[in-house]
Amino acid sequence: MSKLYDELCKDWRFVEGLQTCINCGTCTAICPAAEFYKYDPRKIVDTVQRKDDAEIEALLKSDTIWYCGECMSCMTRCPRSNAPGKVIMALRNLSARLGYFVHSEKGRQLFPLTEIFKENILKYGYCVYPDTFSWEDHQESGPVWKWHTEHLSDSLARLGANWRGKGTGVLRAIPQESLDELKSIFDITGGTERIEAVEKYSAEKAAEMGLDMEEYFRKTFEECSECHFNN
Amino acid sequence: MQDLSDMIYEGKQKIWSDYQKEIPDDNWFYVRSCIRQNFFPGSEKAFLDICRGDLGKDIFETEHHTTCGGIAYHCDTIPQETAMTIVARQFALMTEAGYDNYVCSCITSFGNYIETLESWYEHPELEARIRELLFKATGREFNKPKYIAHASDLIFKFRFDIAAKAKYNLINVHTGKPLRGVEHIGCHYGKMFPSKSVGGAEYPYVLCGMIEAWGGEVVDYPERRHCCGYGFRQYHIKANRGYSISNTRKKFESMEPFAPDFILTNCPGCPYFLDRWQYAISEMEGKTYGKGGYGIPVLTYEELAGLILGYNPWDLGLQLHQVAVEPLLDKMGIPWTAEDKYKGLDGKDLKYPELPHWMKCC
Repeated sequence: MSKLYDELCKDWRFVEGLQTCINCGTCTAICPAAEFYKYDPRKIVDTVQRKDDAEIEALLKSDTIWYCGECMSCMTRCPRSNAPGKVIMALRNLSARLGYFVHSEKGRQLFPLTEIFKENILKYGYCVYPDTFSWEDHQESGPVWKWHTEHLSDSLARLGANWRGKGTGVLRAIPQESLDELKSIFDITGGTERIEAVEKYSAEKAAEMGLDMEEYFRKTFEECSECHFNN
Repeated sequence: MQDLSDMIYEGKQKIWSDYQKEIPDDNWFYVRSCIRQNFFPGSEKAFLDICRGDLGKDIFETEHHTTCGGIAYHCDTIPQETAMTIVARQFALMTEAGYDNYVCSCITSFGNYIETLESWYEHPELEARIRELLFKATGREFNKPKYIAHASDLIFKFRFDIAAKAKYNLINVHTGKPLRGVEHIGCHYGKMFPSKSVGGAEYPYVLCGMIEAWGGEVVDYPERRHCCGYGFRQYHIKANRGYSISNTRKKFESMEPFAPDFILTNCPGCPYFLDRWQYAISEMEGKTYGKGGYGIPVLTYEELAGLILGYNPWDLGLQLHQVAVEPLLDKMGIPWTAEDKYKGLDGKDLKYPELPHWMKCC
């Protein structure tokens, strides 16, 4: 038995997501990622169920497992009640834990994602918050959103929001004692350990690439090679 | 002997009954959406105003609830146990407040809550582990909700009550014909656990029911069930946004021949992408999908319900959409003033946004 396969079996999503794949390819046919990227969830599930350590390790170090958008359309359509999207989540989880994610361009994006959500959740209690959502990094949101961010307090007040305010309401400040509970949950459930692991492996990779962490953040947030795409 | 057509009818009735939800009438513990609060803040206010003010329902909110962590979870930045324990804390707040009906304002959250409960049902030892972790981290304990709804389920349930109070409806005041809408329910509403959504993955009816109850007509099109293109890390990382816009563009190209008057959405993320990417495509290709150089207006279900009930479009936050909604307001016969659109409280002058290069805005 493969050691990496054993590790995957400890993930509930893997247990629920992989029964027996019959390789029909329905998941690939319905997959939005497969149309855009060089991506085939059928092949991934097939590779995993062969239980070959070397093949699974190559997968964990590849760009391939990071192409999925986790829309879970595959879960609806699989005729054998598999969920390739959940298998992907288990593979990504293991890749993060073992530090294999730094071997691929798409995997290295886990660093900026981790930094974004760490700050948003532990500092504000939200996954997205106006104080950290810059228009400059989201220019596709258009001139209306630029206007909104330039007049944030007034624009939100018009709509009855309670931005940074006490009590209930839209975009309220989450009380410090609740933020403390979130931090405690992260500490006890492995969330903090995950953040530290991603930061440690990313720092090592940044040093190897001759970049400081700000440069590494921008590079992994913005770099896009052409090798990923279909057509 | 039973006739074959009767058997087919009964079979279809049985299948359809599997997709119905007995949504409780009142007394809800409410949790907000990270995305909806940021990008459609007027929608959450409208939801509470409609449920509490117009319908007289008890919807309770505590300032202590937080993100469910769903976006971070689906961007693979937090372990499943962390996500589940955050969910368990939300359930503890519900229990402490004395409620057992739980309503959330986000489809990612809805999927996250249902996935958690289904996983606990399949693996009771996992539920026991999360209870232990929550108690260790916070000292809290919880009961599981008796019912979990998405906020749109409530608007769906009360769609005829809203219709009875309607000041406007989805009839084109110029032609007398029903306005034609396309609906987008959001992947995590019904694709993961179909039995938990109104109509399931095959016949999702939560938005169709609103459109029909308010006088409109639902338009089918080939890519109706395709993802909006969010893809979590495929948007939050700048380098990946080609995935997002390509998938959304596929939907626009597919719906364009059917000339919809509006797009109605369920998930808080979908209207962001369906609205913003119309602007981005117009800047990149000079292409617009509505009539006369406009885009196709994109609404949240709370915004549409608010318009039906006669709420001021700019108090609902429709000025935060990049695609102009005025062509739809005109068809519905809803009066609006350009001067009021970008004002702050008490008419405070906030100037105007710049105009896009190609897509017309009012």
